[in-house]
Amino acid sequence: MMITPLPVNRDLILGSLSKGVRSDGRRLDEYRPIKFEFNVISKANGSASVRIGDTYVLVGVKAEIGKPFPDTPDEGVLIVNSEFVPLASPQFEAGPPDENSIELARVIDRGLRHGGAVDFKDLCIIPNEKVWILWVDIYVLDHGGDLFDATALASIAALMVTKIPVVVVEGSQIVVREEKRPLKIVDYPVSVTINKIGNYLLLDPTLEELELVEARLTMFTNSKGEICAVQKGLPGAFTYDEVMKSVELAKSKGRELRSILLESFNNWDKNVRGALNGV
Amino acid sequence: MSGKKRLIDENGLRVDGRRWNELRPLKIEVGILSNVDGSARIIQGKTHILVGVYGPRESFAKHVSLPDRSVVRCRYRMAPFSVEERKSPAPSRREIELSKVIREALEPAILVEEFPRTIIDIFIEVLEADGGTRCASITAASVALADAGIPMKDLVAACAVGKADGKLIVDLSDMEDKYGEADVPVAIMPNKNIITLLQMDGTLTSDEFNALLQLAMKGCKRIHEVQRKALKDGFGEIKNLVLEE
Repeated sequence: MMITPLPVNRDLILGSLSKGVRSDGRRLDEYRPIKFEFNVISKANGSASVRIGDTYVLVGVKAEIGKPFPDTPDEGVLIVNSEFVPLASPQFEAGPPDENSIELARVIDRGLRHGGAVDFKDLCIIPNEKVWILWVDIYVLDHGGDLFDATALASIAALMVTKIPVVVVEGSQIVVREEKRPLKIVDYPVSVTINKIGNYLLLDPTLEELELVEARLTMFTNSKGEICAVQKGLPGAFTYDEVMKSVELAKSKGRELRSILLESFNNWDKNVRGALNGV
Repeated sequence: MSGKKRLIDENGLRVDGRRWNELRPLKIEVGILSNVDGSARIIQGKTHILVGVYGPRESFAKHVSLPDRSVVRCRYRMAPFSVEERKSPAPSRREIELSKVIREALEPAILVEEFPRTIIDIFIEVLEADGGTRCASITAASVALADAGIPMKDLVAACAVGKADGKLIVDLSDMEDKYGEADVPVAIMPNKNIITLLQMDGTLTSDEFNALLQLAMKGCKRIHEVQRKALKDGFGEIKNLVLEE
């Protein structure tokens, strides 16, 4: 779907990378400012938006009751979808999700799943029959470079504030109460995407830098510092040393991103509780 | 993910009797189809895949071609009868993602700048799937590209590694892929020693990840020998190959 390449000053970008600074003054391993907003959509069971510099993404979670997969009869279901809507970039075309959007959704799905974000057993209502299905819908609203990391943060953030109705099983009947409860969040997987331009590895590329990125490596880590999903993308290659350097970057930067996520969540949570208590 | 199924027995043998560092029997045949420019068949364990390559050829739709290079397209599809439960022939999201990562694993090796305004089409048909289909597809597609006479910097060889019952293993079967703790498909350009496919599904420490990546690269190099033999003689195989520790 990437049709017309942006005009990019290659020499200028490479020149500044060689000095260890980017054209906007950042270090190679520095993200632009990250801002969270929680529960921005009241009709969703949970939602969050994330901005990383110019990148702006929104994730909404909808919960519904449905059938479990036959191989996991006592676990809930997580389904991740993503939409690259045309207003986010002139390079995005209207239509069904293309391979870029499908890849993103599947990688986020794996990160959340193997990162152990949600307790799936907690989503079981009647084994083999009824479980909660969580639809995680990713909306890319403004493409500013690093879509994987922004949407990964927005997805876990949205799950952290998701509330589902309390259900009671009476015989074979399910009674859905008005009262709502949060999901059981077990871990906070985050993604760090390493972008390769020439011999340089950089994080959070701008759109201009992105035009020069030859290969990217998205790595999810959990709070134990374990790697829980990896995806190499774009038609370039990495050396073994670059991959191992990326692992270290993913661990250290992942910790930073996770603490920004938790701090933003705690601040928001305090304010919400404060408002409820009339403070 | 790791269920009750035991994947490695008390003797350290896997479900199909292999050791942790043992590849499945592998056969590669070259030039098996008559109408394509290049083709290959790969049989790795029970996994059985055909790859056909057309090109570089002129594109019928002008808008897909580029003025400065050839455009590589790749379609990975599983036959409805290739898996336990019939797979619908409509393209799944998995197939769309795999088509993309396979293309991006092969493209670094192709000298695309030599053929501006053309298309290189890679068609991958999985006839029987028993784990490791994306890696086998890459291994075979690279051979088919060479068979089509498309100039390349290197072949691309692929090998999956992973973790099952707490042990690191090479060349995962379907069961190990489904019920193991982690699955790491890797492709490399063996002469340049660079990595063109890297994915991971599961949970690993960075030490395990490092060890697995090295194991995968070793596996790729042995598979590369079979690719070269196949290109030279039309056929290459290994019966049971244990990687050095």
